[in-house]
Amino acid sequence: MHAPRENAIWIRDLRACGPVQAEALTDLRGLLLRGLAKSFQARGALDQAFVEDVVQQALVHILDHLDQFQGRSRFTTWAMAITVRLALSALRRTRWQDVSLESMSAAIEDAPAWDRDDTTSPAQHAEQHAMVETLRRLIDEALTDKQWMALTAELGGMPLEEIARRMGSNVNAVYKLLHDARQRLKHGLEMAGYTAEDVRSAFA
Amino acid sequence: MALRPEQAKALFEMVLGTRDQEMTCDECMAEIAEFVEVQLTGKPLSDAIQAVHEHLERCHDCSDEYDVLRQALEALAEEEGR
Repeated sequence: MHAPRENAIWIRDLRACGPVQAEALTDLRGLLLRGLAKSFQARGALDQAFVEDVVQQALVHILDHLDQFQGRSRFTTWAMAITVRLALSALRRTRWQDVSLESMSAAIEDAPAWDRDDTTSPAQHAEQHAMVETLRRLIDEALTDKQWMALTAELGGMPLEEIARRMGSNVNAVYKLLHDARQRLKHGLEMAGYTAEDVRSAFA
Repeated sequence: MALRPEQAKALFEMVLGTRDQEMTCDECMAEIAEFVEVQLTGKPLSDAIQAVHEHLERCHDCSDEYDVLRQALEALAEEEGR
């Protein structure tokens, strides 16, 4: 059992050649495997072959990006964050592989209007409809088709990474596209006199 | 467009919770290792790290990554403590 390495020692050993690097890689691999396996086990989603595959990819990525480690956390925390990101990215790709952006938009655009239920008063139902009508007008006036498509996908739970993949873009660009869309709609709702409190009250 | 009430509510909340300046997912992930360590040790959040907290409240993907990372680190810490 070795004493835990300090950050600088991890970097030095992983940049070394031969047995020094091999030993550091073995230690890091073991730590990433245990951490990832236990977090997935806690979620009831442990697939050992998947975990080993992801950790192998992570080790390659970490070795290629050692110069990006800035030392603001423990090295092993940084390495685990990279591993988790790769794992969830792979799971999202599998989970959403057969879902198109168009189907996400259609699910909202083609849905029938909702009827008032017993828990909603006629006045509250009318208020909800007025708000949604305002929102629909703002969407038509202020958003591009691309923004609306991304927004409906996000609303349906599609990860930004998957939206980006379908748009031939990247997560940052999609986040900015959506942020701009939300800002436009927020400005329009504020101009129409609606506040967050109004919405909470109408949809309580 | 015929949003169900829960979809309409979610969309309104997304829109009305928008800030002029928001951290992107890549910016959040660049800070996430430091953020999770601060959270696990119970230290107060600096302004820079506070932005990560705000992003996690808005972004389901990054929030999910934070949760898994935290679980992994907690499991390893428990293992070290044994």
